[in-house]
Amino acid sequence: MSNIPETGRTQRVTIRLIVLQVLVLSLLATLGGRLWYLQIRTGHEYVEKAAGNHVREVVEPTVRGEILDASGRILAGNEAKLVVSVSRTSLLQQKDRGKAVLARLADVLGMPAKDVQDKVRLCDAKTAQPCWNGSPYQPIPVTKAATTQQAMQIMERHEDFPGVTAQPTSLRRYTGVEGANLAQVLGYLSPVTDDEVTKSKDKEGRERRLPVDQIGRAGLESVYDNDLRGTTGIDRLEVDNLGRVIGSAGKTPAVPGNNLVTSIDARVQKAVEDNLAQAMVDARKAFDKDTKRNYEADSGAAVVMDVHTGRIVAMASAPTYDPNLWVGGIAGKDYESLTSKDSNYPLLNRAIQGQSAPGSTFKVVSAAAAAQAGYSLNGNYNCPSSMTIGGREFKNFESKGYGSISLARALEVSCDTVFYGLAYDQWMADGGIKPKKEPADWFFKTAKQFGLGAKTGIDLPSEATGRIPDRQWKQEYYDANKDAWCKQAQSGGNDYGTLVAKENCADGNQMRAGDAVNYSIGQGDTLVTPLQMARIYSALSNGGTLYRPTIAKAVVSPDGKLVREIAPHEDGKIPADQRTLQYIDEATKGVIEQGSAAWKFTGAGWPQGKIELHAKTGTAEVFGKQTTSYLTTYSRDYAVVMTMSQAGTGSGASGDAVRRIYQAIYGVDDKGNVDNGKALLSKPQAELPKFNPDGTAVHPVSFFLDPQQPTAPGAPGTLTLAALEPTTRTAGRGRA
Amino acid sequence: MTSSYSQYRLAPQRGTVGRVLAKGSPFRRLDWIMVLSALGLSLGSSLLVWSATRGRDSLTHGDPQYFLLRHLTNLAIGLVLCGIVVLIGSRRLRTAVPVVYVLVVLMLLAVLTPLGSTINGAKAWIQFGGGFSIQPAEFAKFAIILTMAVVLSARVDAGEREYPPTRSVLQALGLAALPMAVIMLMPDLGSVMVMGVIILGILLASGAANRWVFGLIGAGALGAGAIWQLGVLSKYQIDRFAAFANPALDPAGVGYNTAQARIAIGSGGLTGMGLFKGTQTTGQFVPEQQTDFVFTVAGEELGFVGALGLILLLGVMLWRACKIARQATDLFGTIVAAGVVSWFAFQAFENIGMNLGIMPVAGIPLPFVSYGGSSMFAVWIGVGLLQCVRTQRPIGI
Repeated sequence: MSNIPETGRTQRVTIRLIVLQVLVLSLLATLGGRLWYLQIRTGHEYVEKAAGNHVREVVEPTVRGEILDASGRILAGNEAKLVVSVSRTSLLQQKDRGKAVLARLADVLGMPAKDVQDKVRLCDAKTAQPCWNGSPYQPIPVTKAATTQQAMQIMERHEDFPGVTAQPTSLRRYTGVEGANLAQVLGYLSPVTDDEVTKSKDKEGRERRLPVDQIGRAGLESVYDNDLRGTTGIDRLEVDNLGRVIGSAGKTPAVPGNNLVTSIDARVQKAVEDNLAQAMVDARKAFDKDTKRNYEADSGAAVVMDVHTGRIVAMASAPTYDPNLWVGGIAGKDYESLTSKDSNYPLLNRAIQGQSAPGSTFKVVSAAAAAQAGYSLNGNYNCPSSMTIGGREFKNFESKGYGSISLARALEVSCDTVFYGLAYDQWMADGGIKPKKEPADWFFKTAKQFGLGAKTGIDLPSEATGRIPDRQWKQEYYDANKDAWCKQAQSGGNDYGTLVAKENCADGNQMRAGDAVNYSIGQGDTLVTPLQMARIYSALSNGGTLYRPTIAKAVVSPDGKLVREIAPHEDGKIPADQRTLQYIDEATKGVIEQGSAAWKFTGAGWPQGKIELHAKTGTAEVFGKQTTSYLTTYSRDYAVVMTMSQAGTGSGASGDAVRRIYQAIYGVDDKGNVDNGKALLSKPQAELPKFNPDGTAVHPVSFFLDPQQPTAPGAPGTLTLAALEPTTRTAGRGRA
Repeated sequence: MTSSYSQYRLAPQRGTVGRVLAKGSPFRRLDWIMVLSALGLSLGSSLLVWSATRGRDSLTHGDPQYFLLRHLTNLAIGLVLCGIVVLIGSRRLRTAVPVVYVLVVLMLLAVLTPLGSTINGAKAWIQFGGGFSIQPAEFAKFAIILTMAVVLSARVDAGEREYPPTRSVLQALGLAALPMAVIMLMPDLGSVMVMGVIILGILLASGAANRWVFGLIGAGALGAGAIWQLGVLSKYQIDRFAAFANPALDPAGVGYNTAQARIAIGSGGLTGMGLFKGTQTTGQFVPEQQTDFVFTVAGEELGFVGALGLILLLGVMLWRACKIARQATDLFGTIVAAGVVSWFAFQAFENIGMNLGIMPVAGIPLPFVSYGGSSMFAVWIGVGLLQCVRTQRPIGI
């Protein structure tokens, strides 16, 4: 080929044209590569973004399930309220950032302007309640109890109230049915936080938290939140760039939450609450000889448990509060009050979170421990008025001595020295101050087998474990506090605290004789919760089975169908054979008939011949405080436990209250006459309430009804049963 | 390779149709692969334009087919213009170039007078009655190609020189600079950018000395550097420019456009959401979607397969155009073809590139695909020019 081809062109041009062509095609290849990267390699990211772009979610609030008592009475329900809400987004767009609108709103609602402003500000580390801790994009409720007139004013003068809405909304209502308060058991709701919304962003249906959602934060509302909450409806609208709706991208309908049937009986609950409150009032009138002032009776708790199932019939904690304070966002001063020392923390459920020494009510455990350790139940043991152990004198209550008595009598009259003797004997057998490699530790082991020192597993949050001060605990406690003790010991003081510190610094990790004997009567470092005691006394009543305490019995759909039954759960047996159980049963019966509680029961007209009760009293000493009153009792069906802090003796402070609770349950009047018609619950309610097809419970519950049966012909239950039938039949024929 | 001018003759006494279809007639000698791929792009694009506009009531006056029909009308006019160019033929065209040049420059000047109207910040249009308007800058593109081709090829095609002399290069650049200066005043920087690339392609193809080619590239780089350094542009303008890479720099303007375009294309995946089914498109999230961002419709609704098909069609067309340039019989034809290649290729790369977020956003339409009369007419005239170059050469090559 010549330099100038037939086109008449030089080689330079030819080469440059080829360069041009290569350049052009490589530019196109670049585009192809980039296209692949965007669409194939990272396409999924953009699919999500496109969805976020054109889909707007409109939230349809759902109705939270109700919490019912054992006969279907509504403990926590819902009611429609006119809610006035303010959109922050809209406020911030206004010139004065919404100040004028909020002032007008405050005027219409008759609230101080500052209150309204505080309610719509966002919570942060520096901002105390009242403030909004929900999503800033969600309308913030200012009041949940607007009158129709106020709502009309706001809606009619819409131009004066940009960003303000007033609409009926379904709100939680703690009904206080039959006068039952039940605040700590029911718990409360509060709005979801931004964090929770973000964390559940990728989840579906019920698991996904939306800014409008309210979440159970305490009590049953919290534990059964998933059952109660229902699914918030989401209408996914396709919109264009201006937000105009151009279609639907699917809809998740709102599904109302399920109802929760509990074992609580509202009337018994009311009786328990009233009697606890009255007992505290009475205690404050009584004079304490030791501290030379009236008892303070600062707090208390009471539990009624169905001994056959571990179900809670009533649970009260004092002081208490109105759970409706939480509804619609708690007011700042209310929250402050509920969490302050002055109010003595009414949010605490002292039945499961209140820990104190059980005092002599613990002796049933010690008696079982003695039996396990091989001491004869028929033997007699010495009950002197005092004993000197490890250089310290341990006295009986009121320094009484009873001579040589049986264990049963020791329980009846609450003789401490008998148990001191047994515990000391065991402590020596385990090697005393120089313990064996593997000490038997019968008293500690037995307590743990009774479920003490561990959570009972009740379906309520934040339960306390209590404490059994065994060797391991002593060592751990010593390791944690040794430095502080030794420092105080060196300070050279001569007061009781410093002396104890000195002692602890020296050998606080050792199980000393004093620790062992003190422990045997439920004193010292021993801590229990009222619920733990109720569970133990239920076991004594039912033949030795420790049930896991429960409050919920069943989850029922809004139309009254059983979703899930929460069956009683046996956790195990207490370590006591039938003989021991019978022995303790007899002894605790004696406490009612001629023992430490007799003056409050048989002595006060209780018909022990008709309805047999058993009890153990306890009066625990607390360093620097007045004594804790503990009274643990049981009948054939119920265990009733009551305790009060700084209120005196077990029988003196709680005796009347516990007897009256039994009187209410069994329909006993003050003279000892039993009227079954007046009995609130002479037998624990085993059946679930019966429901109408619309989901409302039928009152009162008749014992003849079987909740599994459909409530009416054609009810959904019928269909389910009918659908199952043919399969069964076919299977039967096949076999034939 | 043999050539024989004797084979080139008109068929004896046949009807008009017969003459058009006769062996060796310009019609038979068109590069049909190229014409059909360009036609395919234009027809296919009518669906994309339709999809992008059928919901935009504010633009369509309530007629969903408004843009579809106008797009097809534009295409028809473009085809006619292309045919006319082919019939005029390369030789006659060469003599008519001064007229074209003067006409285009006059039209450009007219834009600057009160006759011109402003759209999107640039006074670049002349409005006629009935919503009909033209954008003379589009015509300036082929006018510059033709003018430079005439000047640069004169001495070479006459056989006097092997390469265009300095004088011719300076003349050609001077003639190109005039319309570019006018367009700069509008200001329509996108078109100026395209013309710069066209000039580069033309200098390359003309065989002009390397110093001219590199000089031009260097001048462009220096100019850009000077603008950057001297602070001629405000931060806002720089942000606008850089927003293609980082949409956060101009979230409400170009950044928004870029981000939405990327979402549209990215969400298309392998096979797209189907025509008329793209959520970005039906939701009108991409501004200017029927013009500068029409590629996003292909990306979202037809997916990787459809969008790559579009790029491949452009590739086929440009490959054939390059072939025409290489096979041209004289330097005039070579320069014209290479100029058109540079024009189409750069516009395609810049437009699709900004849709894909790898090029800065500039108001440059996608040849054959974007909605717009002037652009459609101009690119089809460009196709006509390429066909002229091809039909001029002897049969057999």
